[in-house]
Amino acid sequence: MAIKIFGNFFGRIFSSLFKNKREIKLGFYGPPNVGKTSLANRICKDFTGEELGSVSKIPHETRNVQFKEKVEIAYKGKKLVFKLVDTPGIATKIDYEDFLKYKMGKKEAKTRAKEATQGIIESIKWLDDMDMVVIVLDATENPYNQVNITIIGNLVARKIPVLIVANKVDLKKADLKRIEAAFPEYDVIGISARYGKNLEEFYESIFKLSKKV
Amino acid sequence: MAKKRGAEKIGNLKGFSIQFLPYSEIRGLNSDDRIRKILDIILGNNILIIQGRLTPNEETRLIGDTIAMVGHVKSFKGVELAVISGNGDGGMFRRMTKGLANALAGGDFSAITIIGPATIVKEIKRNPKKIELFLNR
Repeated sequence: MAIKIFGNFFGRIFSSLFKNKREIKLGFYGPPNVGKTSLANRICKDFTGEELGSVSKIPHETRNVQFKEKVEIAYKGKKLVFKLVDTPGIATKIDYEDFLKYKMGKKEAKTRAKEATQGIIESIKWLDDMDMVVIVLDATENPYNQVNITIIGNLVARKIPVLIVANKVDLKKADLKRIEAAFPEYDVIGISARYGKNLEEFYESIFKLSKKV
Repeated sequence: MAKKRGAEKIGNLKGFSIQFLPYSEIRGLNSDDRIRKILDIILGNNILIIQGRLTPNEETRLIGDTIAMVGHVKSFKGVELAVISGNGDGGMFRRMTKGLANALAGGDFSAITIIGPATIVKEIKRNPKKIELFLNR
């Protein structure tokens, strides 16, 4: 009996140590140009001092899945280790002509379009590997977009915990209430990745969500 | 003058049709065959209206499969896609999860799925109360 109690005690300690050391794969998903990389960069910069990827006003700047391993996030005395996975924006259509208005040559636009399509396919493939996902939306845009619904539906079906983040709340056109109304079952965290606004609430939500992993 | 403008519009709308696919047509198909059937119709320059909705996994696969064709199928730029659920109030997510539950139980008949090639459908704007289909000129 004493041996059994002793065994259980050490079992709990070892499993808790293992749990704390485990790297949680945290994916950043959403449509193009909503600020997924800006948010991932902000987190990386805060906790590792380095950025993860480049950002641009031109859609589909991120065309490959990029990640940063062993990012230890500390919040209110607690620590969790994450693998941050920044994914290319998911869209249902790609037209190289859309890139021409950004003063891009035809050849460059076609290459970017080709890489963007490959990036979308890669993003979808990575859905299988996520432990939890942050859906990043643009607070100035209409949230009733089928891509958002499809990705969230897919994650719900896979029982992957989801957090919705409405980025760009610093902009005048931002409408957080519209996004909250579209997703009433979720806490929607309004942030500005660019200016680091409301990231405390974001980290708190991430820690809360990690308990479901 | 007005007559001429009207004639131009009709001329521009040539070359596509709207097809309706009752749920009974895809009920017995597995996911691969459902997606293949949908893609066949869309690649024929048709706007497709499906009774019911696909599962979230099928919707994701459809996005992946269509985007994989961009650059490989001549003039194909992807699709515009929207699902309208008739499950009442309660926000997009509640309707979506109800839709998922229904899909697992054998089909959400109250939903309508609209899919069109991006060369024809410029944009599908939606909000909780209406859906608008904008066509390319």
